[in-house]
Amino acid sequence: MTYQSQAVSKLYFMAAIGLFVGQILFGVILGLQYVIGDFLFPAIPFNVARMVHTNLLIVWLLFGFMGAAYYMVPEESQRELHSVKLAKLLFWVFLGAGVLIILGYLLVPYAKLAEMTGNSFLPTMGREFLEQPTIGKIGIALVCAGFLYNIAVTVLSGRKTVINMVLLTGLLGLVLLWFFSFVNPENLVLDKYYWWWVVHLWVEGVWELILGSLLAFVLIKTTGVDREVIDKWLYLIIAMALITGIIGTGHHYFWIGTPSYWLWFGSIFSALEPIPFFMMTLFAFNMVNKRRRDHPNKAATLWALGTGVMAFLGAGVWGFLHTLAPVNYFTHGTQITAAHGHMAFYGAYVMVVLCIISYAMPKLRGRVANSNKAQVVEMWAFWMMTVSMVFITLFLTAAGILQVYLQRMSETPLPFMVVQDKMAFFYWMREVAGVIFLLGLIVYLVSFFIKGETEKAPKLVRDPAAFESQ
Amino acid sequence: MKEAFTKSMARNIYYGGSLFFVLLFIGLTVDTHRKIPKTDNSQAITESVAHGKRVWEENNCVGCHTLLGEGAYFAPELGNVYERFGNSKEAIKAFIKSRPVNGIPGRRSMPQFNLTEEELDAIADFLEYTNGIDTQDWPPNIQG
Ligand code: HEM
Ligand code: HEM
Ligand SMILES: [Fe+2]
Repeated sequence: MTYQSQAVSKLYFMAAIGLFVGQILFGVILGLQYVIGDFLFPAIPFNVARMVHTNLLIVWLLFGFMGAAYYMVPEESQRELHSVKLAKLLFWVFLGAGVLIILGYLLVPYAKLAEMTGNSFLPTMGREFLEQPTIGKIGIALVCAGFLYNIAVTVLSGRKTVINMVLLTGLLGLVLLWFFSFVNPENLVLDKYYWWWVVHLWVEGVWELILGSLLAFVLIKTTGVDREVIDKWLYLIIAMALITGIIGTGHHYFWIGTPSYWLWFGSIFSALEPIPFFMMTLFAFNMVNKRRRDHPNKAATLWALGTGVMAFLGAGVWGFLHTLAPVNYFTHGTQITAAHGHMAFYGAYVMVVLCIISYAMPKLRGRVANSNKAQVVEMWAFWMMTVSMVFITLFLTAAGILQVYLQRMSETPLPFMVVQDKMAFFYWMREVAGVIFLLGLIVYLVSFFIKGETEKAPKLVRDPAAFESQ
Repeated sequence: MKEAFTKSMARNIYYGGSLFFVLLFIGLTVDTHRKIPKTDNSQAITESVAHGKRVWEENNCVGCHTLLGEGAYFAPELGNVYERFGNSKEAIKAFIKSRPVNGIPGRRSMPQFNLTEEELDAIADFLEYTNGIDTQDWPPNIQG
């Protein structure tokens, strides 16, 4: 840690990990409800558990991005953070708001929550991922705006690097697009049209800028590769992300009442969306191969490579699988979608946040890297979570293929619920994989408590000339 | 990457490319707004339909069901439920009304929302309106 103010990121990382645990616990509950339909009914109906699962995911990823920014930006800008006080204040506000929202879901019937929070004044609730009470959405907007201000002032008054500027642009986009969560016209088609401006333009747009920036930062630090090279990659990756991803939004405008030209725009541009993800894979492996130092934090490097591979598999390959209109016609809104959603979110955003945590946490705790023993445990967690996520995806894909066939393609299409019963085997297997994921997460938590001898400054391997501090 | 390909070229592709596609996207959005009255069944949006959409939202129906293929995958597609229930709003209302409070042992069950008669009418109207949206013939068949 070079700057005192970076320390604030530790709070954010700890909150992120804590909420991640909550997310996965509810994931396991959901998985069980899929096969034991009345599990926890009516205390925690499926829709409630699902809101908790997905909203915790989004909130903890935001905590992760914020922590990452607070860690990276001082180092990149070569100055202290504009205001540590503000960062701390916003942390508690955000955590408080997040916890209140989740408790609201769990303790109050949703219709009651809508009534209590005055949803009728500005109705924004009850849409997938955007279930938060309107006042909660306003809170999120304020927290994110305050955070953005803090980061922007720091970046703009310090050394401007490409990593910094790309991160800032991504965060700005994140905040601006959030305003579409308040757009909820009576016209269902338009509601859906703009709903995707939050959901799609986040994960297949501005978040990719954040992803690229975090990845580039960790790669610079762990490999010591020249900034010029890294910057060029970063620009090309985010260029491809936006060039393909913006019009790629059209892959959600096939069947919701929008004009038919979206079938072409959506199919063609989204079919190109795997390109930036593939470039990220190449980027990570190339930089590690060209490394000029062997950083003692092997775990962070593993997460970086893992992000490259899994983001490409989850977003690129599983996204491509169902993105062409003639395929999507049959797979739209099935377990194929769920399979892709899981691997893409995990491979891209979960992994990159765990990557920056893996790199930054030891430094925040006063060492270059964790002890070998702790790293081995962390790497076990990496493999347990990643492999079980691959299996979750495979089982859901199998379930999805069966569903598409029986419900949508066979001569005598069967009703939804009948088909669900026939898919039970795959749902059980997904649940088993989910439990292993949870075990992997526990191993991950344990890795933070493993002591052992910690290593000193990194050894130079190829070029002893001075380069960036690790 | 080769030296001939410089960082500033990469940067220009980023700025130029993004700007171009942002503008194109905005253009297509404007055009979509112009064209959708033909497909979005908006002439069918009555006060009751609008109310029904609120009821749909405020009970988080999308937390279990899909609507035009978007939402959760735990319960059946409802974009075409009006048709599936034989174009009968009464059947839709009867189904919602009759959900057992404590669920069905061992099986997935829809909660009992205790909707008023007016809310039931509204949600049924909303689902009828949704059914009328021109979705390029999606879903492939009546099962959703
Ligand atoms: C990291 C990036 C990505 C993430 C996190 C992600 C996540 C998701 C999620 C959660 C959904 C479900 C949304 C819903 O609930 O309705 C979804 C849908 C979809 N995604 Fe992605 N995605 C990513 C990238 C991609 C890419 C690159 C492609 C195309 C190559 C793609 C193609 C699709 C398609 C076609 C759907 C609609 C599925 C349907 O019709 O039901 N995604 N994505
Ligand atoms: C223990 C492992 C997990 C299990 C058993 C699990 C289970 C589930 C279930 C049953 C759903 C609801 C599907 C539906 O709507 O019918 C769901 C949704 C979702 N989960 Fe998980 N989950 C797990 C881990 C994760 C992880 C690690 C992530 C993020 C990386 C994640 C992200 C999501 C997302 C984005 C959705 C919405 C999906 C969509 O709309 O396509 N889950 N999960
Ligand atoms: Fe998308």
